[in-house]
Amino acid sequence: MNILEVNALNIDIAGSRVLDNINFSVEKGEVLAVIGPNGAGKTVLLKALIGLLKCSGSIKWAGGIKKGYVPQRMDIETDVPLTVTEFFRLHESAPSINRIKEVLTFVHLDARILKSGFGEISVGQRQRILVAWSVLGNPDVLLFDEPTADIDVAGQESIYNMLYHLQKNLGLTIILVSHDLNVVYRHAHTVLCLNRKNMCFGKPKDVLTPDQLLGLYGGDKAFFEHHHNH
Amino acid sequence: MHDLLLPVIVAAFVAACASLLGSFAILKRMALVGDAMSHVALPGMGLALLFKFNPYIGAVAFLLVAVVGIWIVQYRSALSIDTIVGVFFTTSLAVGALITPDQDLLEALFGNIAELTVFESAISIIMSVVLIAAIIHIRKKLTLSMISGEIAHSVGINTSRLEFVFLLIFALSVALGIRFVGALLMGSLVIIPAASAKNIAKSLKTFLIWSVVFGVFAATLGMWIAYSRKVAPGPVFILISACLFAASLVVRQVKKAAS
Repeated sequence: MNILEVNALNIDIAGSRVLDNINFSVEKGEVLAVIGPNGAGKTVLLKALIGLLKCSGSIKWAGGIKKGYVPQRMDIETDVPLTVTEFFRLHESAPSINRIKEVLTFVHLDARILKSGFGEISVGQRQRILVAWSVLGNPDVLLFDEPTADIDVAGQESIYNMLYHLQKNLGLTIILVSHDLNVVYRHAHTVLCLNRKNMCFGKPKDVLTPDQLLGLYGGDKAFFEHHHNH
Repeated sequence: MHDLLLPVIVAAFVAACASLLGSFAILKRMALVGDAMSHVALPGMGLALLFKFNPYIGAVAFLLVAVVGIWIVQYRSALSIDTIVGVFFTTSLAVGALITPDQDLLEALFGNIAELTVFESAISIIMSVVLIAAIIHIRKKLTLSMISGEIAHSVGINTSRLEFVFLLIFALSVALGIRFVGALLMGSLVIIPAASAKNIAKSLKTFLIWSVVFGVFAATLGMWIAYSRKVAPGPVFILISACLFAASLVVRQVKKAAS
């Protein structure tokens, strides 16, 4: 069953086309990875999917679907007067402390973090807190925009493990923006390659061919040809 | 001393409202908007004084126009809020200074809460309570949208409407406070207590509480000193607040050094 269908999606920002004729669908319970170079419109696509941006074409979610969204970055001062507990309490479900501790275990965080300031924890920890926060509302689908920087490789790896646990244990559908092709290869059911337009869509082993990647990211080909000429 | 009681109570309520609001203005990093709005109120008060109706009504009318203006600018134009504040709002201060009758100008600029009638005092207290209740009612949504507008939107909060409501509360609080500290100092009534509270608070709860405590303390003490020394309460309030801010800064540094 499709949980999401996107047809002929176009997005213009400040008069220029950022996404052009995007088509894909997501099945319930699957992991879709969105990949592409910087500026390819990955974050824009995610924002459009949750209704943050104006667009033309169609985005059809299955009826009654609840969405959780984890943005790529938050502009937070380190001394913001808000504890992690208080951040959880901002959720409309008014979660009990036990419920908060429960979602913390989903993202493999210790309950001691609850007393910390929301601005003083690390970017990676905050990312997990945001995932836990979005799980509070029992979403059917989680849209996760991977942070590009500030998280070390080990930290990123464990975030992915955590996400796939969530997907298995809670039956979540996950749509994630990723920069790590290894991870995509291992964990994603489908891949959407984006470079302002649809470059490919399908199973990782079918679409992540060297030619496709070269087309998507550009890069080395020109250099090699140049090299051979000498 | 009896004459002092009512103005002190009014000042305490107005300060509680302004400093609670200021906490959210600080979270949202829009500390200057309070200044801007109070400047806009001045021509409104000037016109009202010229045509001999209640300056409060003139101030509110101009503030409502300003709120719609700020809101439209934020959502519809590419101009930054700083630019608008810098150009448009200081211009309205200049216009206000020209059209306000000379004998009333000082009062409009620096406030005079002792002149309030019993009726005006009652209105001020009731409005403060209503505004405080409104802020407390929307505090969770407000905080979430300030932490991340995107997350707020994703859980179904209409962030632009929320913003409008916040600006509206802001405008009405400015109108309230202008009788107390005047158009020039109103921004400080909103910001300084909250800025001081932020120095010592780690949680939202203590932040809001300290902000209100600082605001109310400075207002009451300021009124008392102003009354006994026969000076305008507004500037005294600001000076006391500034001292509290300096003290909170010391506490912050000591805490930092200790951790």
